[in-house]
Amino acid sequence: MRTSLHPALTITASLIFAILVAPLFIILGASVSDTSYLTFPPQGITLRWFTNIFEISAFRTTAITSLQIALLGTALALLIGIPAAYALNRFRIRLPSWLANVFVLPILVPEIVLGFSLLKSVTISLGLPVFIVLLLGHALLVLPYAVRVVGASLASFDFSIEEAAISLGCPPLKTFFTVVLPNISAGVIAAFILAFITSMNDVSVSLFLTGPGISTLPIQILAHMEQFFDPTIASVSVLLMILTVGVMAIVEATLGLTFLTK
Amino acid sequence: MTVSLTLDSVTAHYGSTQVLKDLSLAVEAGELVSLLGSSGCGKTTTLRLVAGFLEPTSGSIRLGERDLTRLPAHQRNIGLVFQNYALFPHLSVRDNVAFGLKQRGLSATERLKKADAMLERVGLASFAERMPSALSGGQKQRVALARALVIEPPLLMFDEPLSNLDAKLRIDMRVEIRRLQRANGTTSLYVTHDQEEAFSISDRVAIMNAGRIMQLDRPEVLYQRPANSFVARFVGFENLIPMQVSARDGANVTARTEAGAALALSQDAFGAIPDRFVLAARPDGLAVTRAGEGTPAGIPVTLGIRTYLGRAYQYQCSTPGGDYLGNGPLSEPLEPGSAAVLAPVPEQCCILPPEG
Repeated sequence: MRTSLHPALTITASLIFAILVAPLFIILGASVSDTSYLTFPPQGITLRWFTNIFEISAFRTTAITSLQIALLGTALALLIGIPAAYALNRFRIRLPSWLANVFVLPILVPEIVLGFSLLKSVTISLGLPVFIVLLLGHALLVLPYAVRVVGASLASFDFSIEEAAISLGCPPLKTFFTVVLPNISAGVIAAFILAFITSMNDVSVSLFLTGPGISTLPIQILAHMEQFFDPTIASVSVLLMILTVGVMAIVEATLGLTFLTK
Repeated sequence: MTVSLTLDSVTAHYGSTQVLKDLSLAVEAGELVSLLGSSGCGKTTTLRLVAGFLEPTSGSIRLGERDLTRLPAHQRNIGLVFQNYALFPHLSVRDNVAFGLKQRGLSATERLKKADAMLERVGLASFAERMPSALSGGQKQRVALARALVIEPPLLMFDEPLSNLDAKLRIDMRVEIRRLQRANGTTSLYVTHDQEEAFSISDRVAIMNAGRIMQLDRPEVLYQRPANSFVARFVGFENLIPMQVSARDGANVTARTEAGAALALSQDAFGAIPDRFVLAARPDGLAVTRAGEGTPAGIPVTLGIRTYLGRAYQYQCSTPGGDYLGNGPLSEPLEPGSAAVLAPVPEQCCILPPEG
């Protein structure tokens, strides 16, 4: 038996759904418009803005940089975040309560401030290569996701399992890899996806840390829009959308989307 | 290979709080000793110290000739059974049991053979391929038991292993645990807060309180002859009456309660009676009789609520010095509010040293 929904609820829900989805359709429409400027509804249909992306080398190079930064930055964040989350959960009683919040600071601090302070303290004072600074900035930006999401997974992990393994003769470090990690893998994958997407989409931190010759895709989109304001922007956005939907489809097929929101 | 477990003057702290005070304990080879007490008494701390998950502040822990005190937990070779089973959720039942064997470097075929043989022994041979999440609580605990036993440890430890099971299963499982422990002759330390469980399964029981062992003895002795007021109260001696000897005449002693009521006690029946002592009795041990001519001397009381126990009536008895519980015969029900006397039944009473 189906319970019927209240009409007001149906209307509100539909409206919210429409508001969420509408911009995506507008972008989709704008990306195929046969005009030299961004417009909606599209005037005529063409795919030349999609081919245009590949003719502008800056899109290709920045896309590669973005992927590299997102992959390496996320990996770095997990490398720090997983042990941190483990320690925060394992020794919760012995650690001060504010410590866990330290790892959320990069989310709480306005990203623009984070970017600016990294520019001042790392790029200028240490003079590190742009790529390295960008990588560190992104790792810091996504670290909270690694710590929080892996931490949520560890919160429901029964640490007596770890003790059982140790009592059976498994050394502590090996126990972490053979017993703890396999049981929090869902959290690690979720953290990876969230961090990866956050890094791919970031503008504010990257804005300060990109430098001569090295930029990320969102920054390139921004720059291109300022100069040309043509539908190329919309077509790049469509490609990014397809990428995101693709990742989500894989997640849904393998793990189920609900585990991202758990 | 059966060895003894010895704890010698072990002290332990959590931060600045002392949780074990100079605790000494010897578990003989092949023996099962329970640590019994309410939460916070230090029983789990003791187990975790022996397991190596905590370090003592001072004192030593030995297993046979081996000094465990500073040995890392994974080198101690102790089988552990946890309250919440602690099975590896990502491994099958068989792989759970084989885990310890793998750590010991056994070949895959040997691991398989031993794990399956052990699963056979706990009656779970047909469950080897299952994942732990597909098992019932009782089955999970059997797997946990198999996993601990298969490494043939010189010491087995149980941390409230039956607390998460229902009453019927709990009784089956404790018989099972005892059977396997006996068959292997494995020295065992068993932690529980359940008195019936501890008494039924153990060779000896240590009753603990505030980081100390109050008494360590066979269950029969603890139940009949508690050594102090704490243990007496723990095993159900509901009446603890502080008394003082006022006169001695050979074996006959006259003692008074704090409220002044006099009792004539014979040392022939009660054993040696010191000048100050606590008379401990279960309700069975205090006979309630109607006050009047010809009744034996006893503590005069006013009767309160009467309850029917099947074999006797139980009365709440109030005196100026405090309230007691006593039993009276079914043949003579007494009314609430009437006057009566309480007389201790020698074989049901204990003479204990004064508290504090």
